[in-house]
Amino acid sequence: MKRPLPLLVFVLLFVVFASSCSRDTPDVGVVLQRAIPTDPESLDQHKARSSQALEVLRDIGEGLVSYTPTGELVAAAAERWEISDDRLTYTFHLRADARWSNSDPVTAEHFVFGLRRLVAPQTASFYANLVDAIVNAPEIVAGDLPPKALGVKAADDLTLVVQLTRPTPYILELFAHPSTFPLHPAPIAEHGDGFARPGTLLSNGAFVLDARVPASVIALRRNELYWNNEKTALDGVNYHVVVQDAAELNRFRAGELHATSTVPSENFAELRSQFGSELRIAPYLGLYFYGFNLTKPPFKDNLPLRKALSMAIDRDLLAGKVVGRGEAPAYSWVPPGVENYEPTVLSFAALTQAERNKLARRLYKEAGYSDTKPLRFELRYNTSDLNRKIAVAIQAMWKDVLGAEATLINEEFQVLLANMRNADVTEVFRSSWLGDYKDAHSFLSVLQAGSAANMPRYANDDYESLMQRAAKQADVSRRALYLEEAERVMLAEHPVIPLYFYVSKHLVSSRVSGWGDNVLDYHYSQHLSLSATE
Amino acid sequence: MLRYTLLRVLGAIPTLLLVIALTFLMVHAAPGGPFDDERVLSADVEQNIKQAYHLDEPLPKQFARYLTGLLQGDLGPSYRLRDYTVNELIGLTFPLSLSLGALAMALALGVGVAAGTIAALREGSYLDRWIMAFSMTGISIPVFVVAPILVLLFAVKLQWLPVGWSSTTGYSRLLLPVVTLALPQIAYIARLTRASMIEVLARDFVRTARAQGLGMFTVIRLHALKPALLPVLSYMGPAIAAILTGSVVVEEIFDIPGLGQAFIRGALNRDYTLVLGIVVFYATLIVSLNLIVDVLYGAIDPRVRYR
Repeated sequence: MKRPLPLLVFVLLFVVFASSCSRDTPDVGVVLQRAIPTDPESLDQHKARSSQALEVLRDIGEGLVSYTPTGELVAAAAERWEISDDRLTYTFHLRADARWSNSDPVTAEHFVFGLRRLVAPQTASFYANLVDAIVNAPEIVAGDLPPKALGVKAADDLTLVVQLTRPTPYILELFAHPSTFPLHPAPIAEHGDGFARPGTLLSNGAFVLDARVPASVIALRRNELYWNNEKTALDGVNYHVVVQDAAELNRFRAGELHATSTVPSENFAELRSQFGSELRIAPYLGLYFYGFNLTKPPFKDNLPLRKALSMAIDRDLLAGKVVGRGEAPAYSWVPPGVENYEPTVLSFAALTQAERNKLARRLYKEAGYSDTKPLRFELRYNTSDLNRKIAVAIQAMWKDVLGAEATLINEEFQVLLANMRNADVTEVFRSSWLGDYKDAHSFLSVLQAGSAANMPRYANDDYESLMQRAAKQADVSRRALYLEEAERVMLAEHPVIPLYFYVSKHLVSSRVSGWGDNVLDYHYSQHLSLSATE
Repeated sequence: MLRYTLLRVLGAIPTLLLVIALTFLMVHAAPGGPFDDERVLSADVEQNIKQAYHLDEPLPKQFARYLTGLLQGDLGPSYRLRDYTVNELIGLTFPLSLSLGALAMALALGVGVAAGTIAALREGSYLDRWIMAFSMTGISIPVFVVAPILVLLFAVKLQWLPVGWSSTTGYSRLLLPVVTLALPQIAYIARLTRASMIEVLARDFVRTARAQGLGMFTVIRLHALKPALLPVLSYMGPAIAAILTGSVVVEEIFDIPGLGQAFIRGALNRDYTLVLGIVVFYATLIVSLNLIVDVLYGAIDPRVRYR
């Protein structure tokens, strides 16, 4: 063959290109394949923000406390603790056998280092406010005091003392949050901002960060030096970033994934019959709701109108048929499953829908609207098939029952968020809230006047004073009474329309054991095991 | 030739600058920012974040800061994937996209030219008609229809190939994405080659060579292929652009961590630096590629060189 060179070059290039996309790094041992819908923005526990990042971090690190598969708080890095009588001082005694993945012992100083970095302004951590109850934390975040002033100190290597400014019953739960995990100073000193990478990130949890391909996969493998390593069944966990529900379902079907992050909402009944017990639905600490913009007409100062719109919605139909994946209709703001709390329900919860519709029509007229003078307003929601389905259903309900005409506007999430914050153009908007911890405060604090998450711009003096009194209350049951009363006061003013409570939905292979249902939807990989293929 | 090339390169710089400035403005004009979320932040925390990423500075100052970094080859940190810089992310994702694109291009050229040549040789026959019909469907059916069908058939039902990119590390995961990406190009190239080959085969020099006793395949290989490929070469520019844009869709569908996918994620997440960095990268790439195509044209067609 004349001039073989071009052909040889071609073949060589071909081989180079093909091999650069494929490498043989086989998994060692028993590895669980899980999926997450977005790539964690960071594995630096103070730069992390999304629930996916926190999910991975919970496998890599360990805090003072942790959760069991069914959601009970248990001791983790701390063996035991004492709480002072005024509930302002927490003394944690750390485990003597806890080690980092480089075999350094985990000391109280590492917790102090981590917490100081959490509140330091230069870190710019999203969860800096989580520990507001700790002495001087808000001032440090504002830049008025140095991080060293934070009310945490290492009494000795194994004793951590935390001082609070006010009794905070849920503070223990916050110590299960990855932003409060201990942090070893050496990786940051050596590698600066890029320390949270395979090979440099140290772990005090059940798994070590082995490899990471951004936007593709995060590979964890067993941390041999973890104090409880014997109880860890898995040798590794791979978190695959799968953005589309349909692709995730395909992968599960093909056996490439053992646990999905969600389930597509279309053809749900079909999925149920196809997958049976592999389909895991459980109550989740989250609420789907519509909010009113209370800063301008038509909903400002018009309680009968808001109440009418809220009553005219058939929530049972919505949750059962329109959404239909086991969600529960919501007649309160705080979801079930929080500790020490009895959620208040909306006044019309016990009525039939027909009765509600009748009352709603009366209120609608009282508000000044009728068939000849219908209410016209805009309903905004962020782009998604489910949001659209729900909006269309509710638009129809409002039209049928009241004659009110809602115009549906769908916007990209970032756009809607900006609009909600400006409160210029929104009238009714779709929103949701997920609880960070199992206390009513995580939901009730949202509607406080100073909260940046208070999109309806709800402001009520009684509500504020009740919340403040609850914050000062050391006795847990008295505190609950204040919070329940606050919720009752707020619900009676209808600043929001609670629609349904979320469920966590996953497809979990029958080969997986240890997957427990809990309202926080935490599934630590160290509790899971994978049986051999059938 | 050298002077011509140099002038072309210098002329590209103002273009690049304009592209960067426009992108910067557009990206900042979009509502929302890289750190917005429903989990809204308190004023203090938000201020701290803005300061850390210089988002509290006036736009011209931010732009100047960006350009200074650019001149040193530093595209900045990713605002969204905070453990990585933009340089690193492009370095991680581009080779993958390049490989996929190159393999798809190679497949498209190989299969397309072969199919087109066969169709030209058997002009008017059933084989010719089948090839042309297939290429028509290849052009008409969009990538995002073909890809899920192929996945459903070969990966889910038959389980011959993996569904997810990250599920294996072997060569089999390349097959579906490369084929999907190549299909429309195979179609175009086949049609182009066929038309061009028919025209070339009718020329006098081919008839002369055949009359002198050379076999058909030898004639094609030695004499007819090069001139017949000229239209295909001209098509390479648009073809590469089509592969670039097509790769974005293919990467989305197959969850491939390539540059196209990074671009989309960056836009949706308002990751200013990543989007800007990729635009700069793509713009530089396209300008360079156009230059290379011009040079190649001169290499294949001697008549162009002496102009």
